[in-house]
Amino acid sequence: MANLITARGDRSLRSLIDTEGGTVSRELYVNEDIFEQEQEQIFGRCWLFLGHESQVPNPGDFMVTRMGTEEVLVVRGRKDNQIRAFLNSCAHRGMKVCRYDQGNALVFTCPFHAWTYDCNGALVGAAYQYAPYAYDGGIDREQWGLTPVAQFKNYYGSLWATWDPKAPSFEDYVGPFAEGIRYDCEASDGEEAGIEVFRPFQKWRLPTNWKVPAFSSSTDLTHAAMTHRSVNAAAIGPDRGTMSGGERHKRRAPFPADRFAAGDHNLGHGGNWTVYQQPGVPEYVDTWFEAGVDDYFREARDRKAAKYADRILPPHGHEGGHFCVFPNFIMDSWRWRWWHPHTVGVVERWSLFGVDKNAPKHVKDAVRHYVMRYNGPTGATESDDMENWNYVYAASQGARARKRNYFFANGLGRGIESDQHPGVVFNGSHTEEAHRARFSRWLAFMEASSWDDLYPINRAKSHRIW
Amino acid sequence: MTERANAALEGMDRVVLLKDIEQFLYWEALLLDERRLNEWLDLLAEDIHYWMPIRRNIKFGDWDLEYSDPESEISYFDEGKDILTGRVRQINSGVHWAEEPVSRFSHLISNILLLEVNGDEVRVSSKFFCYQNRLQDEVNLFVGRRYDTLRRDPDTVFKIVKRDVILDQNVLLPKVVNTFF
Repeated sequence: MANLITARGDRSLRSLIDTEGGTVSRELYVNEDIFEQEQEQIFGRCWLFLGHESQVPNPGDFMVTRMGTEEVLVVRGRKDNQIRAFLNSCAHRGMKVCRYDQGNALVFTCPFHAWTYDCNGALVGAAYQYAPYAYDGGIDREQWGLTPVAQFKNYYGSLWATWDPKAPSFEDYVGPFAEGIRYDCEASDGEEAGIEVFRPFQKWRLPTNWKVPAFSSSTDLTHAAMTHRSVNAAAIGPDRGTMSGGERHKRRAPFPADRFAAGDHNLGHGGNWTVYQQPGVPEYVDTWFEAGVDDYFREARDRKAAKYADRILPPHGHEGGHFCVFPNFIMDSWRWRWWHPHTVGVVERWSLFGVDKNAPKHVKDAVRHYVMRYNGPTGATESDDMENWNYVYAASQGARARKRNYFFANGLGRGIESDQHPGVVFNGSHTEEAHRARFSRWLAFMEASSWDDLYPINRAKSHRIW
Repeated sequence: MTERANAALEGMDRVVLLKDIEQFLYWEALLLDERRLNEWLDLLAEDIHYWMPIRRNIKFGDWDLEYSDPESEISYFDEGKDILTGRVRQINSGVHWAEEPVSRFSHLISNILLLEVNGDEVRVSSKFFCYQNRLQDEVNLFVGRRYDTLRRDPDTVFKIVKRDVILDQNVLLPKVVNTFF
């Protein structure tokens, strides 16, 4: 998309980002043409998060999830136990073939004309399929199955997909953040892919542009003191005090580590990035109000420390996971949250919460109750974020408001480029480096005509714009 | 499925009990509307369990999947008086931006139904319709049914021992829930 009509007349997308001043036009957030282009250029190409394998544990289990504005049916095959994902829209005339949030199915029969698909997405029948006065056996079943995602990845239990067959592998797509995602899927004792998620998805609507939260939350340490001023009054911490956050909400003893805001300008991911300076795992410090929970986590920590006795933990987020996978997924060790655009001014937020799958019930219960009082539209902490993100949008729509750029210059020019990871810039933990990386990548996606123009397929290309 | 059991008090005893329940629930709604949240907390038993599940779209017959399981799944609310008291402290802090400035709430209660009388406790079902008007034009509607266990109390007529709030929504359409039902 070369040009668009904005409050300031025709402009190129590139001109809407002032890389010298560190500012971004509000048009990116309120312009409907840009929103429409994003659906094709970004959500049509990127790897997007679908859910967790523990939500569909048995053959025939399914759930309906989303990829941006579109519904996706995730189902575990009855014969091969493989998880697959399809557009939730009948190949015949587009009706949703599944309108249940979750369940177990033999087949999915469209309620319109009974086109019927098996758990592998193949068309297995339709009303009047053999009637000589109708289809007369003439439906090409090969051609008329459900629309599958182009690529699907089960990454240590976390499920991802892209609509673009030319997209790079998931591991290449997430680049240096792959290890952080793997680490967040580990159980507290270091067991690989050792977590499950509490069902169901938490879902709610918020009147704002999807980028307001998706390009900000979990990489924005400067908002907490003001936005979350009231949460200490609620005393909702695991200890029923004011403590919150931390690696899957467990306290840790001090440990030598460097903490940065890291932005990957080539890939768009970024957030808090903790690099431990020595092997091992910090000592556990009692965290929990509920009896017996600390005992479990302390023992788990000790097993993990044995696993990592000679290894430095993978770089991960601030005391856990705390980073964004471009474009709309935020991985934070104990809460995964992502933002589905609906329209330019409406986003739907989804969340899942991980817990050690082998933890005893009293541990799962304690974690679950903490998760519920912290997160979501009824969470004492997250509810305040919603107010800010909501009214950012309302106050940015006007013709005059659109002429004032947003400020993203915190730390501009002070970052240090990694010699290990091309495009990754390390900066102070409270800077907006990770925000800026998102815009580098956002512009690259919006301008690129295909994945051939995009890192990592085109490694000659650097997308850093500031 | 809701059943009515042992609710067959006779004559005036029944009328008086129903009036007590009705006036108690209306009084509770008034306290919530008038933002008298500390007084509202006084109506809750120390051992209250307050639960509002997430509701799924499910196949006819998969009823056990409809509400999120309070034993293993995520609900909107699943807590006791300590957390509810914390929420009230947060709203009353004056810096809880999601409810600052405060909303205009109207809690309408109807369809009050006595389900069971068991010693000094009664089980009651009621419908709620909560209208929220906030800032200039923010409007949210919350509609659903409650199942309460109320215990006779010398100070406040009843205390709420258990409340299940069954909200008629799937994706939560309001961005936050700043009140109680």
